[in-house]
Amino acid sequence: MTLKTFGADQIGFLLLSLQWTILLTVIALIGGGLLGFAVALARTSQLKPVRIAAASYIQIIQGIPVLMILFLSYYGLSLAGFELPPLFAAGASMTIYASGYLAEIWRGCIQAVPKQQWEASESLAMTRLQQYRYVILPQAMRISLPPTVGFAVQVVKNTSITSIIGFVELARAGQLINNATFQPFRVFLAVAALYFVVCYPLSQLSRLLERRLHAGSSR
Amino acid sequence: MSYTFQFGVLAQYQDQILSGIWLTIKISVLSIMLGCTAGMVLASVRSIWGGAVRLLVDAYVEIIRNTPFLVQLFIVYFGLPGLGLRVGADTAALIGMTINLAAYSTEIIRAGIEAIHKSQIEAGEALGFTRFQIYRHVIIIPAIAKVYPALCSQFVLMMLASSICSAISTQELAASAAFVESQTYRSFEIYIAVTLIYLALALALRAALALIGMWLFGRRVARRTMTAVPEVQA
Repeated sequence: MTLKTFGADQIGFLLLSLQWTILLTVIALIGGGLLGFAVALARTSQLKPVRIAAASYIQIIQGIPVLMILFLSYYGLSLAGFELPPLFAAGASMTIYASGYLAEIWRGCIQAVPKQQWEASESLAMTRLQQYRYVILPQAMRISLPPTVGFAVQVVKNTSITSIIGFVELARAGQLINNATFQPFRVFLAVAALYFVVCYPLSQLSRLLERRLHAGSSR
Repeated sequence: MSYTFQFGVLAQYQDQILSGIWLTIKISVLSIMLGCTAGMVLASVRSIWGGAVRLLVDAYVEIIRNTPFLVQLFIVYFGLPGLGLRVGADTAALIGMTINLAAYSTEIIRAGIEAIHKSQIEAGEALGFTRFQIYRHVIIIPAIAKVYPALCSQFVLMMLASSICSAISTQELAASAAFVESQTYRSFEIYIAVTLIYLALALALRAALALIGMWLFGRRVARRTMTAVPEVQA
């Protein structure tokens, strides 16, 4: 038996599986974004029990490994009687993971809007919904852009963990190729390079946005 | 859903789980000490020497921060033997965690050093401090005090990420969970239990780091340490 070598076919396979990594990242950011937004609003709610519930959710998600969220969704879904492909468990766990962190980032952004903005809009007889819609969220969104893009980098990297339950994304594809070619150094460097190509521009974008946001303020 | 939870079966695997917890604590504490020290050194030489050293350190930080920890572990564990460097799973985990944490620490401490105002250094010079005294009392200690909470969040994240080392067969907590699961098929129960253990470990580590912060830098820094959120800005 001859071993395959790491060549054009293998790089093609890596590129193909990179699409799954990106799809999973998009799912996590959309799902986690929606859930995280709801939690962020709950975290800044006027009702104390709601605030505490949201804070506990954030503390728990940030206090457990992503791998455990993954295993619990994987086995939890099958316990609940669903026979689903790994993509669902992977998507669900990445969504839950992202929601816990995005909620905390966005809470910070909502609270970074000066208190006077709340008071001014209240004196204009706006309802709380109107305050959020027209005054608070537009400003919070501007502040939230750099850290959110920065967090997207973490999500891209952490989707690699889903390879452990057998979801074939970029890291898993690297393992599969390594099993066939046994050139681990070359294969995993190529995998790392592909992650870098996706993550580095995002990191730089986050940095650029951050700088632009603080362009007016002098230090 | 007609599933009966049986947490009782876990009791007989106490030893495996305890040894998993112990290894998780061991590699986490060691990599935190090594990684933080390396970060302090790298952030310092980068700002003192500049030039090519700065470029090299920055390249290292960017490469590590923009690739997944899992892939870094694969390179250390599967890749290094190809270069004639055979390492065991525990050592590979420790090397991988240290390399990863060193990059993040460097980045966080760098931000702290850059936040030290130039006038502070000039004030130090005016007081007749030697360069070493300036570096020690005016730059590195205040810089670390400033970023200590962010640093601690990163330490907690690293402890949690040590679970990923189970993928290269390091027998830490997540791996012992997988072992018990394979013996009992009580997957949900074991992973709930282990998740709670990780949660307790994260809280305990944060509390311990806050205590160290109080001892080193005073009460204000310690309080910020307990409530700090992980740095996500790139």
